[in-house]
Amino acid sequence: MRFRLTGDQRALRDSVRQLLARRFDGEALRAAVAEPGLDRALWRDLGELGFFALRLPEADGGVGLGLPEAVLAFEETGRALLPGPLVATHLAAGTVPGAATGETVVAAVDGELVEWLEEADVVCGVGGDGSVRGDGGAYGADGVPGAPGVAEAVPLRSVDPLTPLHSVSRRRAADPVAVLLTAAEQLGTAGRVCELAVQHARAREQFGRPVGAFQAVKHLCADMLVRTELARAAVYAAAVTAGRADIAAARLLADEAAVRGARDCLQVHGGMGFTWESEVHLHLKRAWVRAQRGGANTESEEVLAGDLLS
Amino acid sequence: MDLSDTPEEEEFRARLREWLAKALPTLPPKPSPEDWPARRAYDLGWQRTLHDAGYGQVHWDASPTTRLIFLEETERAGAPYVGAGFVGLLHAGPTIAAEGTDEQQARWLPPILRGEEAWCQGFSEPDAGSDLASLRTRAWRDGDTYVVSGSKIWTSHAEVADWCELLVRTDPTAVKHRGITWLAMPMSTPGITVRPLRTLAGSAEFAEVFLDEVRVPVANRVGEENDGWRVTMVTLSFERGTAFVGEVVACRRVLGELARTARENGRWDDPVLRRRLGRLNAEFRALWRLTQWNVSEAEQTGGVPGVGGSVFKLRYSHARQELYDAAAEVLGPRSLDLDGPWTLDRLSSLSYTIAAGTSQIQRNIVAERILGLPKGP
Repeated sequence: MRFRLTGDQRALRDSVRQLLARRFDGEALRAAVAEPGLDRALWRDLGELGFFALRLPEADGGVGLGLPEAVLAFEETGRALLPGPLVATHLAAGTVPGAATGETVVAAVDGELVEWLEEADVVCGVGGDGSVRGDGGAYGADGVPGAPGVAEAVPLRSVDPLTPLHSVSRRRAADPVAVLLTAAEQLGTAGRVCELAVQHARAREQFGRPVGAFQAVKHLCADMLVRTELARAAVYAAAVTAGRADIAAARLLADEAAVRGARDCLQVHGGMGFTWESEVHLHLKRAWVRAQRGGANTESEEVLAGDLLS
Repeated sequence: MDLSDTPEEEEFRARLREWLAKALPTLPPKPSPEDWPARRAYDLGWQRTLHDAGYGQVHWDASPTTRLIFLEETERAGAPYVGAGFVGLLHAGPTIAAEGTDEQQARWLPPILRGEEAWCQGFSEPDAGSDLASLRTRAWRDGDTYVVSGSKIWTSHAEVADWCELLVRTDPTAVKHRGITWLAMPMSTPGITVRPLRTLAGSAEFAEVFLDEVRVPVANRVGEENDGWRVTMVTLSFERGTAFVGEVVACRRVLGELARTARENGRWDDPVLRRRLGRLNAEFRALWRLTQWNVSEAEQTGGVPGVGGSVFKLRYSHARQELYDAAAEVLGPRSLDLDGPWTLDRLSSLSYTIAAGTSQIQRNIVAERILGLPKGP
């Protein structure tokens, strides 16, 4: 057992982190909020880096890596709060032409929601199986525009300014890999908000000392780290085993680490955290959106309950 | 990232499993939890059995991964845990192995490994619990002995211990972390009075220890005079890093038993309870993965567990309490019966957020030493 990152895995994580720092820093994040829309040039850059084709066999033009590497890459996009239907496009690589290279943007029905419906070239899973080609707004099973479900998609005024949402009447069972990659993004958020809280707690002074010297603040930060590290162990292990119960556990703990972490981060920031200018709310809202993917978390709890009797 | 055994690890696991299947049926019946002399004999006897089979030193010599396999397999097979040998095997022993002289190692380590001598821990005092460094038990030099006076508290199974790892203040004028010394004190020395304390679980598993001019040879000092705090930090990193590994496996087993009990008594039909057990499954699976992660990291850094142990302990101690609260929900009124299956476990789980550093202290450690937040006012 060598349950830690290999040198190659660390290098992969670092290269994704560097690309995102260059192409999607805090300034780009704020610009995206001011003018939402999918950055197709960045999408193609990700394609060029092999982000979407990461798990495709080399014979098919992919990178030939596995779930652990994909999880590390998605953790980084979660950290950076990168917008777009990343999981859906990644999963479509190899079946939808152009997805692997980032030329085609692929969205997917997940539960009762579709993210990025109007910006996507293709929407997967309308009929519950396979992918379909859209024509810039009309989507349907077997390529028939206006098939049930998506044709009746109702736009929501999305709580996350960087994730446009539609609700659909048809439910689609979650792909376990999509659930795991979403958990990896949540893990990225959990780690990032812990860093933001600690940075603020070190710098912000009240009563003549940094607020991080007070136990009440310190303990919020410590709990954020504890939740993050537990979620990390669960997410990485699920990436190694790809087991159903491991993925369900990863999902529950990563959701908890991201959502509660973002809330605690907001609390540590005090009044500043409640403003639009602070980026904390963006992390919390995205964590909420991701927590809705893959069906209700009560389903994950039921999977884990059933596992106890197996 | 790899969770599979290497060929050597696989072989170790298979050999151990085979040995356990033969050794466990020869064990004498488990003594009553109240009977500490019998428990001492039982626990140390098991250590002797392990030693004779070549597994006695696994806590010290084996790689962290091998140790993990040992704890996993022994727990899975239902073998006894270290019990009365805990302080010797997992605390004083590793400390002496890391900090003791050759002579000290030769004197103290073999009897621990052979299950001949039990140790207890004289760290905490009535006014120095979480603030361990404010301890006041005094020791002054008289030729080649230290003369020790003061009192200790929360000393587990002191009345059946042969030795005590004792922290004393040797320089009252130094700043509080600097004037402390680590001594090995024979419990048979005149001047020691042990008074058992009854816990809320009804048992007498720890004691107060009163020390009245107890003479301890200077040769029993591990590390330098006034350097005991550093020696202690080595010990505590062992305690926090690895003490609970076997228990996570046990908790996972209990959780499975809870689910089966709930199915038998009809409580399983309640979705709220079912999901609660599902969430606990997530929790203990992840704690086990975190253990594997920490152990793999420790292997890379040379085997000494680091502050990651605090992260683990914080979550584990609370999860364990939630586990037995869920057990009470499964059992209903039977959970109030002291002879019920998990009542004593539920009571004893209350100590987990206090013992070996309270959760509040652990959070300070995580915040200050891992996250780098400033020291408190």
